[in-house]
Amino acid sequence: MTTDEATLTSARARPALWRDAKIRGIAYQVVFVAAVAGFIALIVHNAIANIGRQNIATGFGFLHREAAFGIGESLIEYSPADTYARALLVGLTNTLHVAALGIVLATILGTLMGLARLSSNWLVAKLARVYVEIFRNIPLALQLFFWWGLLDKMAPGPRQAWQILPDVFVSNRGIIYPVPLSNPAYKWVVAALGIGVVAAIGLHRWAKRCQAATGRQFPTGWVALALIIGLPAAVFLGFGAPARLDVPVLKGFNFSGGDAVSPEFAALLIGLVVYTGTFICEIVRAGILAVNWGQSEAAMALGLRSSQRMRLVVLPQALRVIVPPLTSQYLGLTKASSLAVIIGFPDLVSVANTTMNQTGQAIEGITVIMAVYLSLSLAISLAMNVYNRAVALVER
Amino acid sequence: MHKIIVRRCAGLVTALAMVGAIAAANSALAGATLDKVKQAGGFSCGVPTGIPGFAQPNDKGVYSGFDVDICKAVSAAIFGDPGKVKYVPLTAVQRFTALQSGEVDILSNNTTWTLTRDTELGFNFAPVVFYDGQGFMVPKKLGVKSAKELNGATICVAPGTTSELNLADYFRANKMDYKPVVIEKVDEIYAAFFAGRCDVMTGDATGLAAQRIGRATHPDDYVVLPERISKEPLAPVVRHGDEQWNDIVTWGVYALIQAEESGITQANVDDKLKSEDPGIKRMLGVTPGLGKALGLDERWAYNEIKAVGNYGEIFERSLGEGSPLNLARGLNNLWTKGGLLYAIPLR
Repeated sequence: MTTDEATLTSARARPALWRDAKIRGIAYQVVFVAAVAGFIALIVHNAIANIGRQNIATGFGFLHREAAFGIGESLIEYSPADTYARALLVGLTNTLHVAALGIVLATILGTLMGLARLSSNWLVAKLARVYVEIFRNIPLALQLFFWWGLLDKMAPGPRQAWQILPDVFVSNRGIIYPVPLSNPAYKWVVAALGIGVVAAIGLHRWAKRCQAATGRQFPTGWVALALIIGLPAAVFLGFGAPARLDVPVLKGFNFSGGDAVSPEFAALLIGLVVYTGTFICEIVRAGILAVNWGQSEAAMALGLRSSQRMRLVVLPQALRVIVPPLTSQYLGLTKASSLAVIIGFPDLVSVANTTMNQTGQAIEGITVIMAVYLSLSLAISLAMNVYNRAVALVER
Repeated sequence: MHKIIVRRCAGLVTALAMVGAIAAANSALAGATLDKVKQAGGFSCGVPTGIPGFAQPNDKGVYSGFDVDICKAVSAAIFGDPGKVKYVPLTAVQRFTALQSGEVDILSNNTTWTLTRDTELGFNFAPVVFYDGQGFMVPKKLGVKSAKELNGATICVAPGTTSELNLADYFRANKMDYKPVVIEKVDEIYAAFFAGRCDVMTGDATGLAAQRIGRATHPDDYVVLPERISKEPLAPVVRHGDEQWNDIVTWGVYALIQAEESGITQANVDDKLKSEDPGIKRMLGVTPGLGKALGLDERWAYNEIKAVGNYGEIFERSLGEGSPLNLARGLNNLWTKGGLLYAIPLR
């Protein structure tokens, strides 16, 4: 024992360089980094050499050239006379559009289903479970084909469109619905809505302070609802309820007037929401179950109603468990929106694919796609981390 | 501890060896395509994912058609055997990257020859094997008689094609609007069109006619409008920078056309070996020289014709009157018969 320790100490005092764990560790890391860097350099060199030999154009100059191809749907003005940069921007806005809507709807669906799975109602709980088991276990690409096939191939042509509501049509050109014709009254209605929301927030704060000071509760919910809905409604009626609609009418090949959701967009959105919703459902369920039953019992002992129990005691604690995995789901949904390309929705990847093929500049195109998705993912992560910090347990 | 170190070092050595191997593989890629192809005992040919008559797999997955026969001819010229080709089905979006990166050695993929593709995309084009033009296919019940009546139509088009660009040009020039539906997979886009997702399908007119017969449940319910809005010279494509490989594919095509002009067919090519015509003797390698110039066997052209026949035979087999498509030769006839096919002298 003592001799062992003696040798150890002496070794520690003057270790040979290759015997020193620390130096060895650093050496390995240097070698590893050098190998990786060398490998990347080799690939880059190889790519440049091959591109040069084959006389392929390089650089991002193509972004300023005329794109000369059409894009089916766009949130911003676009024509084939615009540049490739503009075309890619159209793709990006389409990606953002479907991802943002998808995240909101998937969260709502997932939360509802998560609560349903915990419901004491047997039928509701089982239906939620069936939903999760079916849609979680089928590959998303297949689901997209399913929804797309349903909207694209089952629905009739525009001339035989199904009228599901007055002036709302479903055909293989999409879901066509009327929109209100613009009217100066709407600006005031929107303003009233804003005032209502601000007033409701103020009311909530005041009610809380009031409760803390006097212990008396104020029916915030109902009054807030009245403010948010009632105020704009009153303004709307005050202007004489100008509800002239731009009604879709069959004209030539297709409907004109109104607004339309293309089957591709609808299929992609439904697919993403239904698929991601299953995971969010399970995350919500896990989060709620992670809160000790004792907390609920304590809340009941305090005489809180079940809605108050959920809102004031269980959810704040569950959110800490829910938010981090939720971030991954949001990232997953955003990235999975690139599957749009298989059903022909012009998202970023679809537009970039066309661009790459028309210009032949695949490396630049892929770089654009990667940079965009990386930025999107980092932005979502950042937002969710900020939110996570806000809901995290504040230890006193 | 020692063991661990040894194992770790071994891992690192393996990694470095792999890097070395990749470098070596890449430098091999930089060599002449012909050497690589000969060493590998075959080459890969990018063909369409499914255009009846041009390239389509049968129920056993074996590809046949006009595009496939061009690959077979090149294989026969190099190896004396038409079967040394690996067929890689590629969509319009995939094909150029596949050729640029070396995944395939030839594209025989109904690719239109354009200036930018020839220059900026880093390709070389072999002679045109098929002269086509872009057209529009519509359901008969729409009652459309001319492309000029298509204002406001929803139009299905394959992405990454000249069709996509010509379509935009045509509608701009005629001050009309349209809504493109763009799907990469040929199967999917035609399924969408025949299901009524689009009013109009656009693409190479011959391709449209072929798909109408090959895919529509009731081909007679559809009609290809008379307008041709573009020139679509379809040609095999190779990478820029390997002149020898380009020469082989180029002259491989010319030999097929010249064979038809000289009346050499799959059936009579053996008899033609005894021909006294000096041109035929040179072409079939009886008088040596051309094969050596290309770096091939002197029997290269003989092997091609023996394997797939001359241009006319290839056309008739897949596209012409002997096929379900029943296309007329039209522009794709010899220059002597009012078409555009004109082989450069093989001498």
